[in-house]
Amino acid sequence: MSVPTQGAATVAVQAGGSSLARIVGLVALAVLLVAPYALYPVFLMKVLCFALFACAFNLLIGFGGLLSFGHAAFFGSAAYVTAHTVKVWGLSPELGILLGTVAAAGMGVLFGSIAIRRQGIYFSMITLALSQMVYFLALQLPFTHGEDGIQAVPRGVLLGVIDLNQPFAMYYFVLVVFLFGYAVIWRTVHSPFGQVLKAIRENEPRAISLGYRTDRYKLMAFTLSAALAGMAGGTKAIVFQLATLTDVQWQMSGEVVLMTLLGGMGTLSGPVVGAALVVALENYLAATNLPVPVVIGAIFVACVLLFRRGIAGEILARFGGGGR
Amino acid sequence: MMGTIFGIPPQALFGQLLLGLINGSFYALLSLGLAVIFGMLNVINFAHGALYMMGAFVSWLLLTQLGVGYWWALLIAPIIVGLFGIALEKTLLSRLYKLDHLYGLLLTFGCALMIEGGFRHFYGVSGQPYPIPEALRGGQNLGFMFLPNYRGWVVVASLIVCLSTWLAIEKTKLGAYLRAATENPVLVQAFGINVPVMVSLTYAFGVALAGLAGVLAAPIYQVSPLMGSNLIIVVFAVVVIGGMGSILGAVLTGYGLGLLEGLTKVFYPEASNIVVFVIMAVVLMIKPAGLFGRER
Repeated sequence: MSVPTQGAATVAVQAGGSSLARIVGLVALAVLLVAPYALYPVFLMKVLCFALFACAFNLLIGFGGLLSFGHAAFFGSAAYVTAHTVKVWGLSPELGILLGTVAAAGMGVLFGSIAIRRQGIYFSMITLALSQMVYFLALQLPFTHGEDGIQAVPRGVLLGVIDLNQPFAMYYFVLVVFLFGYAVIWRTVHSPFGQVLKAIRENEPRAISLGYRTDRYKLMAFTLSAALAGMAGGTKAIVFQLATLTDVQWQMSGEVVLMTLLGGMGTLSGPVVGAALVVALENYLAATNLPVPVVIGAIFVACVLLFRRGIAGEILARFGGGGR
Repeated sequence: MMGTIFGIPPQALFGQLLLGLINGSFYALLSLGLAVIFGMLNVINFAHGALYMMGAFVSWLLLTQLGVGYWWALLIAPIIVGLFGIALEKTLLSRLYKLDHLYGLLLTFGCALMIEGGFRHFYGVSGQPYPIPEALRGGQNLGFMFLPNYRGWVVVASLIVCLSTWLAIEKTKLGAYLRAATENPVLVQAFGINVPVMVSLTYAFGVALAGLAGVLAAPIYQVSPLMGSNLIIVVFAVVVIGGMGSILGAVLTGYGLGLLEGLTKVFYPEASNIVVFVIMAVVLMIKPAGLFGRER
């Protein structure tokens, strides 16, 4: 098969062609490692959870061209599953997050196989409607405890050794989870699979005519994206010891869209930048009298009208020499 | 008395069916507006729910601030919402027509957040009551059920609006221009018809329908900044089920799903919130283009 070698060649070109990108990446990693000494760890962990969530979402829209407006369903459901299994079943945190991820992946297969039957705007509306169904289920099912949510989830002991009640231990665990998710996405985007996904985004009929079963690729991308969103949600439940209806609401789906749009759709680093900005902005707004939804909505409008490439996209377009 | 139907007292059954029909009226009015806008602008108007809320709020403000009653509000509120729509279309939406349709969705989503957030900031989240107009108080005893006059009026009014919209689009000259411009705007413009103005007016008309639905809803539901956001998601599902190919399809699907929801409330109330979404999933499995849709 010629496809894998072709893909590998592209990876080599992209990796070798940008030593600048590698330096930026190493600096970013160093910053993340020392960050908890300078900033409030809970804030940083929130940023990392949402960054992973946004990266997972971006895998679909940025590389597959599929705008899901219902990703909160995966994020929130995984948070519920993790919180429930850790609190009620007494599982360890890593197992709880794993189960949350698996649950989100299962939902991803189910929702994906329904949603990919339509394209474009319809796809967005279908994912939104399905996630609203999940919201109503979360409101009514007994184990989610309705309006109260699942509170006081124990952070527990990681692998039976590391006590996650210590803020620094918790932070580095979240960092590892984030880096793992990011690496999976990086690997996916730079794999032959990722190339096919981009081909589908650019011209689906042509990809079909080349013999690719595009529906299968889309479903795989959808499932992977849902699973990673679930991993972010499960981790969030451990960090904040909480899983509530906020996590499954449509506003949450909108928020992750905004993070990705603001940071730059289709760039690997964009969603991370976007997530950090949105979380920081919300923290700041919470202390002021300004209405948060109005500001968020205004940023949405500004992004769509003024800089559709997002922050990272604009920087790459100006200095990166060649964009994506 | 008639006894029971499938073990359900007929009062309860018909009561829920009536509620379903009322909900269906709002689904129909809103999905009609969405379909008209989508046909012309290729934009899914996420702000539709927020503009429905705006219609209700304008009529409430007219009553409480200016003492203007229901019947005038029925005329004034849709006009105000329509003018707001023109401003929105001219300043923001018109910049996006050459881009991917998804940007229209994202833009109107941002607008919806701003409109809802703004009303929430000034009026809080609690609902404001709106009195039923004098002439429509009381009700009729139909023998098998009690029909409040106002609810009957809502069903009749929305049926009239939906049917006349359908007639206007399918049977009048203006409607013919509209349909032609939907198919090929460049050619229609070449015939000397001002297509950009037509686009603005279409958007204004679509959102005015949402505003009108808001006025009709004000006396039934409480007037609250959040009244539109959950409704619009159900209406999206309705639109997916019906397919946006036909105006009549959007209307019929709206009423049908409202009734089905009412029936579910009688027989299995726990599922009444999600029945529309389940039906959507089933329809997508069997006929992805929707019941009345064409594959694009």
